[in-house]
Amino acid sequence: MWKHLPLWKLLSTVELSTSITKSKAIFSSALNFDYSKPHYIKFFSSGLYFIILFLFLFFSDPSPNLTFQSLQQPKTTTDAMALARRSSGLLKPLSTASSSSLLQRRPFSTDDTTTITVETSVPFTGHNCDPPSRSVDTTPKELMTFFTDMAFMRRMEIAADSLYKSKLIRGFCHLYDGQEAVSIGMEAAITKKDCIITAYRDHCIFLGRGGTLLESFAELMGRQAGCSRGKGGSMHFYKKDACFFGGHGIVGAQVPLGCGLAFAQKYRKEDHVTFTMYGDGAANQGQLFEALNMAALWDLPAILVCENNHYGMGTAEWRAAKSPAYYKRGDYVPGLKVDGMDAFAVKQACKFAKEHALKNGPIILEMDTYRYHGHSMSDPGSTYRTRDEISGVRQERDPIERIRKLIFAHDLATEKELKDIEKQARKEVDEAIAQAKESPMPDESELFTNVYRKGYGVESFGTDRKELRATLP
Amino acid sequence: MWGILRQKVGGATCLSPQGVGSHMLRLRPVTSALRNYSSAAKEMTVRDALNSALDEEMAADPNVFVMGEEVGEYQGAYKITKGLLDKYGPERVVDTPITEAGFAGIGVGSAYHGLRPVIEFMTFNFSMQAIDHIINSAAKSNYMSAGQINVPIVFRGPNGPAAGVGAQHSQCYAAWYGSVPGLKVLVPYSSEDARGLLKAAIRDPDPVVFLENELLYGESFPVSAEALDSSFCLPIGKAKIEREGKDITITAFSKMVGYALKAAEILKKEGISAEVINLRSIRPLDRATINVSVRKTNRLLTVEEGFPQHGVGAEICASVVEDSFGYLDAPVERIAGADVPTPYAANLERMAFPQIEDIVRAAKRACYRSGTMVATA
Repeated sequence: MWKHLPLWKLLSTVELSTSITKSKAIFSSALNFDYSKPHYIKFFSSGLYFIILFLFLFFSDPSPNLTFQSLQQPKTTTDAMALARRSSGLLKPLSTASSSSLLQRRPFSTDDTTTITVETSVPFTGHNCDPPSRSVDTTPKELMTFFTDMAFMRRMEIAADSLYKSKLIRGFCHLYDGQEAVSIGMEAAITKKDCIITAYRDHCIFLGRGGTLLESFAELMGRQAGCSRGKGGSMHFYKKDACFFGGHGIVGAQVPLGCGLAFAQKYRKEDHVTFTMYGDGAANQGQLFEALNMAALWDLPAILVCENNHYGMGTAEWRAAKSPAYYKRGDYVPGLKVDGMDAFAVKQACKFAKEHALKNGPIILEMDTYRYHGHSMSDPGSTYRTRDEISGVRQERDPIERIRKLIFAHDLATEKELKDIEKQARKEVDEAIAQAKESPMPDESELFTNVYRKGYGVESFGTDRKELRATLP
Repeated sequence: MWGILRQKVGGATCLSPQGVGSHMLRLRPVTSALRNYSSAAKEMTVRDALNSALDEEMAADPNVFVMGEEVGEYQGAYKITKGLLDKYGPERVVDTPITEAGFAGIGVGSAYHGLRPVIEFMTFNFSMQAIDHIINSAAKSNYMSAGQINVPIVFRGPNGPAAGVGAQHSQCYAAWYGSVPGLKVLVPYSSEDARGLLKAAIRDPDPVVFLENELLYGESFPVSAEALDSSFCLPIGKAKIEREGKDITITAFSKMVGYALKAAEILKKEGISAEVINLRSIRPLDRATINVSVRKTNRLLTVEEGFPQHGVGAEICASVVEDSFGYLDAPVERIAGADVPTPYAANLERMAFPQIEDIVRAAKRACYRSGTMVATA
């Protein structure tokens, strides 16, 4: 039997065993595992596992069913072995397959036919509606896409932090790290014809809608290659062709605007919805309730998404709202409370909300999420909350780590592959920053462009009108 | 309470003191009613002009819709939208709750998505509830998005004082909105202005603030056949010389144009020939027309109903001083509303807003005709 095994299969089992080892280490010691040691050390240190695994490969008869009933973290080695047993089922058919493609061993990037069912972290809580089920269907491709996209988003926000500190980004910079699952889960449930509008924490939403890293960084640095050609800034990213309508600086203003988008969708009898995002700070705005009243009155397909990161700038939710149950604040409007750090819960909720809104009008989704950074770059974020709280959430609820564990649990990629993806993200972000730095600042004539869509040849003035005048086209 | 107040005002249009003077204008066309039809000028009230403009634009473009308080079943607080609900249905003539911030925002949001809303404020005093959406969400969007998101919306409604409606219902917002880049601000006077400018505003791809005047709604003006055509549009940003003259330029907008014209009649008897400019557009301001006129007459008088400080007249004065200083033979005169919140009592209210004699007096002052000085013109 041994002589029929090609070398690559031997190596692949080596790698699998090291990944199992690493998975076990991850499960048992949270995120403190040291990823810096090279693989060969782990190989030698996991020799026992390697031998046992070899035996399993050739003598076990695993079930081909890969579905998990729950994502419980295995606490013992027997559990890890159970995982190994199940995952080796992947290899069993492969070892007898005639195809020698190495890529078959790693179908993650293209396999969207296998269905994996995932349970959300907590059940949904409904207000005036029946919450959807906790079980969410996904595919390996989607899982890997979630991981990749979130890694890119996280990397972009961290890089923006450094750029702000080195004064390449000026003014306001509101970072989204920690909240990526909301953007990712939402995009997975909707199309680019559904509209999204949000407030100023918009960099990752823009990326989720199809914006590029270059457009993002260039806009943050005020360069021509930016999505708003440098004239908007951090708070004013737009992508109209993907139905992303900004990017708004006035807290709460985006909610009536979003209901207006939904009004237009209903007026034109489109089968699309609008996701209007706001924070727990904006949830107390009067215009929100004005717009919600009209949306409910007219059955507009508007979904109000409250990204509750529990702090409105420096004010904790319990100090700002008499009732911080934002999903219930709509009174007659149904609501759903969702774990916003779980991308699959977000995906399920958005799918549910879209179906609801198209039939019954507005619905409120409260995403229970968290931001690691302060409100903006001028807020350290630690004067109104403890560092323990921040690191606690990072350890227990980080959205990227959740996906990472899921990927390992379903054996879709190795530790190294995920690290490579993160490295790739870092690399692409660095390249985008370099490219953005090379993009020039807007031409001085751009001071006067886009004031109007149609200017009638009207005159406009600079600070010294005898010095600088322009004609608006 | 508002409803009662507004109804009373709407009904009392013809009887208010300010309205009495407008009857004089009607006398001229009445004499020509005995004419034969080929040279007949049709008369139309400003209200009908606005209504017909809305009707035609809604018929021409299915994306145009009207939204506001009482625009539908009530037929319009001032009956401007009368008949539109029956013709176009409740999807296109939308009655809203009394939530200006909400429905102005909804209007702007629908404009983002490509519809062409006409948002009515029952008076522009209530637009202050929604001013964030007019300025931050509508006016600035095209600029902030570098041209991606334009906002083809019209905010319209009565502006400025009516008759006896008190301090909170009498303010003129021309100067406030006129200072915001990204907005266009139009101020019609006659029926032709109302038709042409509203049609132009609805067709315009940018946010337009359309300031009407409640007391003008009931006034009739002659309209040419050209103005009655459904494709009639007036250019935005162009003022109209209502009356040619050579001694002094008087700029005015909205109801004050009527007063300025009457003042010009009085001045003519005293030997002063006044040129009256109907601004029609506060933003963009037609500085070219104003300057050409001042270079001809060498004297300027600006008239407005709004508060004097940082008003429209201040901008026109500064503009003319910058561009045509050498041509001025006298300091620029400004007639504006009094620098006080509007009182209710009839005599005090009369003192709070420009009257024809104020315009005449200021014009004579600019011509060095006031007091005992000998006329030199």
